[in-house]
Amino acid sequence: MKYTPQDFKSNQEVKWCPGCGDYAILASVQRALPEVCEALNYTKERFVFVSGIGCSSRFPYYMESYGFHGIHGRASVIATGVKVANPTLSVWQITGDGDALAIGGNHFIHAVRRNIDINIILFNNQIYGLTKGQYSPTSVLGKVTKTSPYGTVEHPFNPGALVLGSRGTFFARSLDVELELTQKIMVASAKHDGTAVTEVLVNCVIFNDKTHFVLSDRENRADRTIILKHGEPMIFGKNRDKGLMLEGIKIKVVKIGENGITEKDLLVHDATEENPGLHSMLIDMKYPEYPVALGVIRAVKDRTYDDNVRDQLIEVKEKATIHNMDELLKSGSTWEVK
Amino acid sequence: MQHKVIDTKEVVIRFTGDSGDGMQLTGTLFADASAIFGNEISTFPDYPAEIRAPQGTVAGVSGFQVNIGSGEIRTPGDYCDVLVAMNPAALRANAKWSKPTATIIIDSDTFDEKGIVKAGFKTNDPVAELKIQDRIIIFAPITTLTKESLKDSGLDAKAVIRSKNMFTLGICYYMFNRPMESTFKYLEKKFRKKPELIEANKKVIKDGFNYAGNIHAIPNTYSIAPSKQEKGIYRNINGNQATAWGLLAASEKSGRPLFCGSYPITPATSILEELAIHKELNAKTLQCEDEIAGICTSIGAAYAGNFAVTTTSGPGLSLKSEALGLAMITELPLVIVDVQRSGPSTGVPTKTEQTDLNQALYGRNGECPIAVIAAHSPSHCFDAAFYAGKYAMEHMMPVILLTEGFIGNGSEPWKIPSMKDYPEINPPIIDKPQEVPYWPYKRDDLRFARRWALPGTVGLEHRVGGLEKNNDGGVSSDPLVHERMVKERAEKVARLANFIPEQKVIGDEKADVLIVGWGGTFGHLYTAVKELHAQGKSVSLAHFDYIMPLPKNTAKIFANYKKIIVCELNSGQFANYLKGEFQQFQFLQYNKVQGQPFIVKEIVDAVNAIL
Repeated sequence: MKYTPQDFKSNQEVKWCPGCGDYAILASVQRALPEVCEALNYTKERFVFVSGIGCSSRFPYYMESYGFHGIHGRASVIATGVKVANPTLSVWQITGDGDALAIGGNHFIHAVRRNIDINIILFNNQIYGLTKGQYSPTSVLGKVTKTSPYGTVEHPFNPGALVLGSRGTFFARSLDVELELTQKIMVASAKHDGTAVTEVLVNCVIFNDKTHFVLSDRENRADRTIILKHGEPMIFGKNRDKGLMLEGIKIKVVKIGENGITEKDLLVHDATEENPGLHSMLIDMKYPEYPVALGVIRAVKDRTYDDNVRDQLIEVKEKATIHNMDELLKSGSTWEVK
Repeated sequence: MQHKVIDTKEVVIRFTGDSGDGMQLTGTLFADASAIFGNEISTFPDYPAEIRAPQGTVAGVSGFQVNIGSGEIRTPGDYCDVLVAMNPAALRANAKWSKPTATIIIDSDTFDEKGIVKAGFKTNDPVAELKIQDRIIIFAPITTLTKESLKDSGLDAKAVIRSKNMFTLGICYYMFNRPMESTFKYLEKKFRKKPELIEANKKVIKDGFNYAGNIHAIPNTYSIAPSKQEKGIYRNINGNQATAWGLLAASEKSGRPLFCGSYPITPATSILEELAIHKELNAKTLQCEDEIAGICTSIGAAYAGNFAVTTTSGPGLSLKSEALGLAMITELPLVIVDVQRSGPSTGVPTKTEQTDLNQALYGRNGECPIAVIAAHSPSHCFDAAFYAGKYAMEHMMPVILLTEGFIGNGSEPWKIPSMKDYPEINPPIIDKPQEVPYWPYKRDDLRFARRWALPGTVGLEHRVGGLEKNNDGGVSSDPLVHERMVKERAEKVARLANFIPEQKVIGDEKADVLIVGWGGTFGHLYTAVKELHAQGKSVSLAHFDYIMPLPKNTAKIFANYKKIIVCELNSGQFANYLKGEFQQFQFLQYNKVQGQPFIVKEIVDAVNAIL
């Protein structure tokens, strides 16, 4: 069956603030799903969107699909339950930096550790929007907010580092304004078996406006970000004249053509490399020293939790001597009163 | 010493020792042998929170009490006729539970100066210090005799010492004239891969048996005739296993695969362990990162169409509170099992109590009534869990099942039921649109339940969640919609009263006193009523399995008695609930919050005091 983005739009009025970056992600997902259906032979009723609490977590109401708006921080576990109960479903978790990394941090890392086959879209606007402007676990050190009037005194999380630390198999990053990139990543995420985490850097127009502007600004975006593509050399810049090389154990930004450096000297992106070393460095790259890495940074194959659950069920059932309740009730040590 | 065989209807044995002494196993094997012999039994494991507290200290004492009888046995007994104390600490901690006429068997090898000091005795004469000189005390060098028994076995010293509980078991088999076959069968299965241990353990048991027969120090042996039981196949079952099986039974009857998201917590863990075994019956278990994940994975599984359950104990229920509200407002079927333990906070985690009733009834934000069912004995946990599942699925709502450490760990013989005697479970699943678009919160007239539309079904796409919604599924903060939905959800719980059985009374329909109880105190209250009847007193018992909602005939029953006394293992939570529901009656109370079950005598005394 052929779908259009329209098929995934619910009849509910979208109530995010005008100019909110969430609109762009909603559009990207609604555009990606017809492609996902085509690629994986899915039908619409297989999609379940699960969320926690926060601005982004209203997302499921705007999707014409099965949806579950959960409680704060718990979307990963609700999604896990849905997937384990019915592994044929395509399960998507919508979450924010507060929802996934503060109150839900524990569930987040455990979902990734289990490698359950769900897609997590983490809307990172580095602020609590729905409670009106308090700092989040991804707010930069020193950030002035309502609860940090003199600036925060704590270091932020880098979501990708948490994914790698939990032996994650998939991590991608996008910008809200990069609709096409987000759309591509969504398709890749759907195709990936295992927990696929996509961090989207989102603007909160009310409480943290322009927090990612240094990256999203159309003028400078190409110079300050790099879109990684599997199998391609790491080139970026408005003029496609900058690249990434390995020097010792560190990544270095180089100019192609300077000091005899050619495209062949550049790192070639391998998202499928199991060793997380280089992926970790790519995830950690910060502007202005480096361009910020976008695209699918890591996508490695590993057994999923759902595969293991299914295989164990099959294995146990094959050897089982008990097949129903009556047999169970009579199993083991019993005696008869005559 | 004159040897007597005492014919008795009922005898209570308490096995006590260090946590590492294997007393739980000894007690269980003894109980199983007695049940298979044909006695009625009731058991009570009483163990410390520490896995292995410092050896020889009172903190590390573990006990297992079993009551065996030829008649009806409903409690593990108040005080014991025989106390086994494997060390001085066990004696010090348990002497108070022995009758003045009791026989006490002691491993004399452990009663050296070091052991006596470690147990905290002030003198070197524990017996005098405990003032138990009137008991029959048998000092048996159990450790030495076990070593002697196994000197040619080839086992290492550690394995030999570990077998001394089997020597004790042998002594008890002699004293109580028990057949050993069931124990031997157990050993053969358990040590299938270590045949040397099978023979060694059997030898120690037999040597213990012969020792007891030879020494002539044991004055009394007991003969407890098999009880007159209904014909049928029986097994021993503890409450947690029965709970797990009841849930599996509800899964089978409903055709919904079982999903249990849970986190280990004493004393509920063995339900999760039991479910984890039964993948062959389509049970999926997920040991989660915390209690909240336990309930939330279950909510997700319920949304996706599984029969979802989560198991916990008091502190875990506290952690699940917010998610309980989510299950309630999304109107999904879910069974939450709370094996209550002594609180607040960590409390006395291995001890029993009924102190979570308020939490089960009220412990959530907003107006959030949830059905509450209580199990009243180890084997009744099966039915209680089955019906919790049936009502959760058919009425589309969470149901809290309250059990207690006492019945969760305690066991009793159970006449094995047949699944054909259990009703069908028909969850209101729909597989195609009945209206377009689908209204997730549209209700049926009878139960007021919404329909269960499973993700993956064509044309039933819908959203549920914690935000208030109108019946059509649209998010709504309209004041009148909110109030109506609050009332509809409460009405659904209230209507369950039309489906649960009417409350029954044990004893006369009209009497001077009605004892009211709920949950795991049933055995003690029932036994107290029998004793009061024997004293010629006009007393009846109404023991409630259904707490929220209460059976419809509750007020009618209460009106038939001059006095009502509510007995429970808390400070009056059920009594206060009843006071709120039925202001026309006066409720007297008998309460105990010691982490221990009732003693029959204290109930009898309490009732006599108000008669």
